Amino acid sequence: MKIDFKHKPAAHCENGVTSNLLDFHGISLSEPMVFGIGSGIFFSYLSFIKVNKIPVISFRPWPGMIFKRVTKRLGIKTARRKFSSTDQAMKELDNLLEQGIPVGMLVGVYYLPYFPPEFRFHFNAHNIVVFGKENGKYLVSDPVMENVETLTYDELVKVRFAKGTYPPKGRMYYITEMPAEADIKKAIVKGIVHAGKNMATIPVPIFGAKGIRHLAKKMRTWPEKLGKKMARLYIGQLIRMLEEIGTGGAGFRFIYAAFLQEAASYLNEDSLKEFSTEMTSTGDQWREFALQASRNFKQRGKNITTFDELADLLVKLSEREQNIFQRLLDRFSKKTLM
Amino acid sequence: MKTNEVPQDDSFFEEGRIRDMCYAIDEDGNYKQVLSLGWDPKNEALSQAWNEIYEQAEETRNKVLEGKLSPLAWFMEIQLLDAKLLSQYSGIPKRKVKKHMKSKAFTDLDDNTLTIYAEALKMSVEELKDIEIVRKGILRNED
Repeated sequence: MKIDFKHKPAAHCENGVTSNLLDFHGISLSEPMVFGIGSGIFFSYLSFIKVNKIPVISFRPWPGMIFKRVTKRLGIKTARRKFSSTDQAMKELDNLLEQGIPVGMLVGVYYLPYFPPEFRFHFNAHNIVVFGKENGKYLVSDPVMENVETLTYDELVKVRFAKGTYPPKGRMYYITEMPAEADIKKAIVKGIVHAGKNMATIPVPIFGAKGIRHLAKKMRTWPEKLGKKMARLYIGQLIRMLEEIGTGGAGFRFIYAAFLQEAASYLNEDSLKEFSTEMTSTGDQWREFALQASRNFKQRGKNITTFDELADLLVKLSEREQNIFQRLLDRFSKKTLM
Repeated sequence: MKTNEVPQDDSFFEEGRIRDMCYAIDEDGNYKQVLSLGWDPKNEALSQAWNEIYEQAEETRNKVLEGKLSPLAWFMEIQLLDAKLLSQYSGIPKRKVKKHMKSKAFTDLDDNTLTIYAEALKMSVEELKDIEIVRKGILRNED
């Protein structure tokens, strides 16, 4: 049994899963559009939550938020389930597949046999779509893979019930009802306004552009407080969060710029093209930061970038993003659509 | 970033199987998807994370060979499992896992408990007890 589902690779798993599920149900939106409508751009620095001894740095909202916001903003009804029993979790999946419904689910990546070993950590917020069963194996659309992969029953159980931080507990989600007509323009504006608020106006200093400034402040103290070795591990982690599979480069800034560009045509709004250009140049600045940061932790070459110099770059990025997202917010928060 | 600037520094990806999807602008200023084979700064960051894990594992390996820690401790380390996580996968209480990471308590383990650990670590009981594997330091990836 195989559902006629189109596997389209994406930079980020949740964007890809959402875009592919929407496409199956008749709404064709690119990855950047899904990311923008779901207000996927964000920043948080949670110095008090540590994973593997390193504080949480994130360039995206909590897992699941993008799918939730996009479907809600387009008036799409969805169902989500989690399970305590593995049998039940697999039985309900099989039932949905029988009915021809592709199912999104959360899995842990450590036991995903098709992942290259270097990327297998005990990380539990990966999204895939299962869309059928052939020769006793489940057909898997994993957006970070170039082609369709397969998993056996046991392998799928193992990853759906991975343990550790944020265990997936068999979580799955799928679309139950599509609207007569989805208002994409309205959803775009909502997405932009929400992202603007998140990046420019949250009063707590650890989120959004203020969070970037907060990170800069903390970074200056790292070498003294943590010792050189640990400080370099922190820097390495920051680069991985910015650049490792899933961000499309520069901590999602390029995906967001691509969204602003596409949104310009949807809304027939030229200012968005300029915003897109600005966002691209912010992304380039983040890439420059990553490059300098890698020179810092390698401690090789003549010009080693110091922690203070890196922090200075972050302060500039913070100011720039504060400004861009504030202006986006001002422009679109009271916008009436034609 | 322009499409012709998307880095193609060879890394841990496999061409045709898994690559990094990047977004970059073409000569007309339009965003396009471009697959990347990797970028040095992030390859180095990933290597750094693994080196840290291996360094830690090497310390543990020496302690196993000195007879202070059990092979279990090393096999856990290379599968990135701490006592809490292995406890969740095996159902054996965390405090017991911690105890069994010590050489002495491990030697006294019954076959039943060893089987549970071996299953959670995707290996055989013989392998789990085999100090030679630890001595050789063979890092194996399950599958």
